[in-house]
Amino acid sequence: MSIDVLLQQIVNGLVVGSVYALVALGYTMVYGILQLINFAHGEVVMIGALTALVLAKWLLGAGVPPMIALLLAILIAMAVCAAVGVLVERIAYRPLRNAPRLAPLITAIGVSIFLQQIAILVFGRNYFSFPELISKTPIEIGHITINMNEIVILITSVALMAGLLWLVHNTKIGTAMRATAENQKVAGLMGIDINKIIAITFAIGSALGAIAGVMVASNYGQAHYYMGFMLGLKAFTAAVMGGIGNLWGAMVGGLILGLVENVGLIFVRGDYKDIFAFVVLVAVLIFRPQGLIGERVAERA
Amino acid sequence: MKQINKFALATLAVAVAAGLAACGKKEEPKAQAPAAAPAPAQDLVVKIGHVGPTSGQIAHLGKDNENAARLAVEEANAKGITIGGKKVKFEFLAEDDAADPKQATTVAQKLVDAKVVGVIGHLNSGTSIPASAIYNTAGIPQITPSATNPKLTAQGFKGVFRTVANDVAQGGAIGTFAVKGMGGKKIAIIDDKTAYGVGLADEAEKAIKAAGGTVVIREALANEKEQDFKGVLTKVKAKGPDVIMFGGMDAQMGPMMKQMKALGIKAKAIGGDGAQTGEFIKLAGDAGEGAYATLAGLPKEKMPQGQAFYDKYKAKFNVDVQAYAPFTYDATNILIEAMQKAGSTEGAKIIDAIKGGTFTGAAGTYAYDDKGDMKDGAITVFVVKGGKWDVAEVIGGPKAAAPAAAAPAAAAPAPAAAPAKEEKKK
Repeated sequence: MSIDVLLQQIVNGLVVGSVYALVALGYTMVYGILQLINFAHGEVVMIGALTALVLAKWLLGAGVPPMIALLLAILIAMAVCAAVGVLVERIAYRPLRNAPRLAPLITAIGVSIFLQQIAILVFGRNYFSFPELISKTPIEIGHITINMNEIVILITSVALMAGLLWLVHNTKIGTAMRATAENQKVAGLMGIDINKIIAITFAIGSALGAIAGVMVASNYGQAHYYMGFMLGLKAFTAAVMGGIGNLWGAMVGGLILGLVENVGLIFVRGDYKDIFAFVVLVAVLIFRPQGLIGERVAERA
Repeated sequence: MKQINKFALATLAVAVAAGLAACGKKEEPKAQAPAAAPAPAQDLVVKIGHVGPTSGQIAHLGKDNENAARLAVEEANAKGITIGGKKVKFEFLAEDDAADPKQATTVAQKLVDAKVVGVIGHLNSGTSIPASAIYNTAGIPQITPSATNPKLTAQGFKGVFRTVANDVAQGGAIGTFAVKGMGGKKIAIIDDKTAYGVGLADEAEKAIKAAGGTVVIREALANEKEQDFKGVLTKVKAKGPDVIMFGGMDAQMGPMMKQMKALGIKAKAIGGDGAQTGEFIKLAGDAGEGAYATLAGLPKEKMPQGQAFYDKYKAKFNVDVQAYAPFTYDATNILIEAMQKAGSTEGAKIIDAIKGGTFTGAAGTYAYDDKGDMKDGAITVFVVKGGKWDVAEVIGGPKAAAPAAAAPAAAAPAPAAAPAKEEKKK
């Protein structure tokens, strides 16, 4: 297998991996604070993608320039997803906050199916073709082929991740989030409004998910009501691989999963891609049950 | 911390289990109202089952088939058909198998328990094959309008039929056309891991080799839901093929065309009947231009009553035909006509009537060999031109179809409710 293929697979892997990482952040932030796996997160990503798609098509039809249409669509999709995330937390998870852990977990699976069915009612079962808002004309750089869309995905994800890290470590809200993750009761005693911080966490995670949804839909050129399921599972895998509850872990886990999937294709046929990725996950967990960067408890947020 | 991570692991297991369960059954099959009002007491009530995936990834195709079968049943009821001297009311039972083999056997058993006389379906090969064993045990006929895997009719079951040519014929046509019609020398093959996709790809591979082409790489997608093809396409690109053959459905081949373009792959693409749909053009967009796909059966323009059926369908359901609707319509009419011919609703007698007869439907003429495969099934190769499917070539087909092909089908709108007529007496 030649070097061209290896380099190209690394590019493919980084693009997909950065999307996994963004979605994984949504899982890991919520887990860090509530020790809850929010299985509905994949569905939030799907809702983001479909909302943006419908809006973008409508705006394009109204004669709005593609770039402005894209930005507007993303902004509104982020708002919609943030609202969905906050509502899900308020209605489904908050009443169960002191219940045994399995109760909110099963609820999360229920919410996931519920949101999927809602999406069928709102958007239908059809597959949607995602408009090419950013050029996908192939650009040859040395041995690799990349396009503007992929470059934008990479840059945006890095910027968003940097922004999130800054928010968590350098702002009052971030400090409050870390304190809540550390110990909810004590944080509450220190005057932090726990409910508000948890709602903000869901809103941020969901808004990031919306962007990831748009990225994945534009990258694959397609969106549909079922897209959140596998993407959510992959991102959750990435979060666990990196060390769930840890922001750096989600990012590293996402990128590694994307790379493993694509570079792994050099050794296995395409139908073994997912198996290969999950084998790597199992191997990581055997040797490092806490995940790759799992031990830095203080970093949870 | 250790505690937490044990929990995370357990959660992952739960997630996977829940995911699998979700794949298996995403929603309860919808209860369908019978097609007609309950029959007066003296009428014979005959139940006809239809199964297709009306939920999930290819729900658009499942609904397409279901509509066509419903149309045929409603027409038969409107006409008032007698079997063995008794007036018959047909009752239409539609089930959803979600394209899932497990769910397919569940709904097959449900239909058998409901005492259906025959079943139209299933849509996929992967669902038709396991379900056929259940219908065979019950001794009722099954006519699939779209399952093309050769295994379906190779099981030695008496009552399995299809209204389309099988993948040996279709895959063969794809392989031959890829070499001779598209000028392919180095050909890459990708399948979607389903019974249909792999079967089609296997047959195409044989035909490519027989026609003098070389298969440079044989790849497969993780499953029929995969969306990210770039990794596989990167491997394919490295082999420098001039033609890429895909065994799978429109929902994957459509976006695959886009991802091929984004990777700068210049090879031409060809798929099977699963990709020869209006949905493919929508999903592939500009990238779909110049793509080829085959359809087992004659093109609409060459179907004896193609245009009439398409118009009737559109008028009734206010949607366009996706793919297999004409063949489903014909399959349903064959079943009804065989009952009339046999003068009975007994499974074995209907099966004999189908085996012994020749049937003319909206989409062509049907006659069966011992296995239940069509004799002389035609294959049409289509190409996307200007955002529309154009006929590129018709391969094979019965000689009798030639005159019908010459006459423009649109010129003679058939009487709306004309049932399939038997041309040859048993």
